Amino acid sequence: MKKIEAIIRPAKLDLVCETLDKIGYPGMMITEIEGHGKQKGLVQQWRGKEYKVGLLPKTKIEVVVRDQDLDKTVKAIREAAFTGEMGDGKIFVSTIEDAIRIRTGEQGNIAV
Amino acid sequence: MKEKMKGFLNKKSGAVIACMALVFLALSVVSLFAGGPDASGTATGTASDVSSAVAGKPTLDELANTVGHNKVAINFVWTLMAGFLVMFMQPGFAMVETGLTRAKNVAHTMGMNFLIYPLGMLGFYACGFALMFGGIGALGTMGGYAGLNHEFTINLFGKSFGLFGLNGFFLQGTSYDVAVFTLFLFQMVFMDTTATIPTGALAERWKFLSFCIYGIFVGTIIYPIFGNWVWGGGWLAMLGQNFKLGHGHVDFAGSSVVHLTGGVLALIGAWIVGPRIGKFNKDGSANPIPGHNIPMAVVGTFILAFGWFGFNAGSTLAGTDLRIGIVAVNTMLASATGAMAATLWMWLVRTKKPDPSMMCNGMLAGLVAITAPCAFVNSISACIIGLISGVLVVESVYFVEGKLKLDDPVGAISVHGVNGAFGCLALGLFADGSYGDGWNGVAGTVKGLFYGDASQFFAQCIGVLSNIVYVGIISFLVFKLIEVLFGHRPEPEAEIYGLDIPEMGVAGYSGIKLDRHSETPIAK
Repeated sequence: MKKIEAIIRPAKLDLVCETLDKIGYPGMMITEIEGHGKQKGLVQQWRGKEYKVGLLPKTKIEVVVRDQDLDKTVKAIREAAFTGEMGDGKIFVSTIEDAIRIRTGEQGNIAV
Repeated sequence: MKEKMKGFLNKKSGAVIACMALVFLALSVVSLFAGGPDASGTATGTASDVSSAVAGKPTLDELANTVGHNKVAINFVWTLMAGFLVMFMQPGFAMVETGLTRAKNVAHTMGMNFLIYPLGMLGFYACGFALMFGGIGALGTMGGYAGLNHEFTINLFGKSFGLFGLNGFFLQGTSYDVAVFTLFLFQMVFMDTTATIPTGALAERWKFLSFCIYGIFVGTIIYPIFGNWVWGGGWLAMLGQNFKLGHGHVDFAGSSVVHLTGGVLALIGAWIVGPRIGKFNKDGSANPIPGHNIPMAVVGTFILAFGWFGFNAGSTLAGTDLRIGIVAVNTMLASATGAMAATLWMWLVRTKKPDPSMMCNGMLAGLVAITAPCAFVNSISACIIGLISGVLVVESVYFVEGKLKLDDPVGAISVHGVNGAFGCLALGLFADGSYGDGWNGVAGTVKGLFYGDASQFFAQCIGVLSNIVYVGIISFLVFKLIEVLFGHRPEPEAEIYGLDIPEMGVAGYSGIKLDRHSETPIAK
């Protein structure tokens, strides 16, 4: 089992969710985060004083997939989240040791 | 035909409809005999509504009495309704202040703006109203009752200087009069406007207890004394009668009595209480601390602009004084040019963006500045006064923060202090002689410098200066006293964490994730 963490633009969330649903992974975890990579922050001003907000809102999607579905899932997420501008985000992959379905107690690949 | 009728009545719906028709017929017959309903309104209200010994046949005297009573009644209704509008400015202030400050302090900021209403009111009821209006004499527009007739005076330069009143504590005895009560309500909501101004300048770092003590002082003593001098028949109003200075210090609805007083209180308070943690760096430069809710600030500003119709137009204390239309329009125009001027000044000159919080400050500045002259100027002057105030408020925000190094989160000092003073001086310049005959006991209408009366401008200057000196001194004493007895500042940890739970016991936005701007900037 692998965990995919995808940091994407908040505006792309709907499309990515739809795509994951289509390829058989309707379940996922969404976190709202702030961050930036090479993308610079925004300059704002308050009553005459300028200040920089270095952090930009992003959305993190975490989804656990079976080993054999890893490549197609990563590809699908990337296509859905792509715009070509700086700030599209990143995808990280890590190994999951085990998964258990709480309702039935099933373990392993069946539970994913 | 008969069969059809019988068939119709045999059905349930038919029977119901027939019953309804019968009832309707019966009612119409009854009402015809009882004097009929009046849907157009032309038949309602006749000679029988005039109190008369012989029903429906009033004598000339009885008619005259009713006319007088109705005139006074119109004035009562006007004054009271206007007072209710001004009361509605309390949520306006609450929303502006809370919107321009941080989310972690909303329960505290709102708490101050809420509690100042009863605190100020009760102080004014117990003591302040008597000090301010105890010696005002006849209430001309509301029936002429003259029971508030005890003014404490001293003799200076051979003239009588009224200092404060001594009649009307707790509205008892000779002040238990319908006109007095109406005046009390109207004046109380004005006092509460002053009282809530410093809460904006001192937001986000003021102990709630210290605020409460301040709240007691402002309604009982600070506001009423100066108020007596201008509106209670005191010495500033008498500068005309006593020293031939125009009509004395003239302030129609309170640029000095309400707003300059509030602004000076805010200035002294901000100076003594000190800036928010993280506002100023060691080198004196300022950090922005963005407010958390622009929509709240904008809606609050509109609420204030709405309430201001009661504030200014209501100050005739007479619905029968038809200058009210001009007063209201002047108020409106100044609010518009104030907003436009501040917007354009920020957009074109200062930050190259039309800053919403400054747009709001601009409208409010226009309203503050027109408050004194609104009844005495023409519409072009009203526009000009608003225009100047819009630029003045922006520049003074920069000045207060940049040069005076005072932390004023909402611009209270700039909106109310600076433009309150400007509004009074503007009256001394722009009053055009179209209104105000007999004001403060001086014959003739009120004219400013541009229309031939330089002495009026001089009287205005004296008024503004005495406000700054008096309010400056007494607020310094009160704030220092509170500092010594209770301290003003909460613990630094409480201020950085957010005052809601340490001071108020509850998070204003309980359960909602606060925005990141609730953080305190790290002062470099």
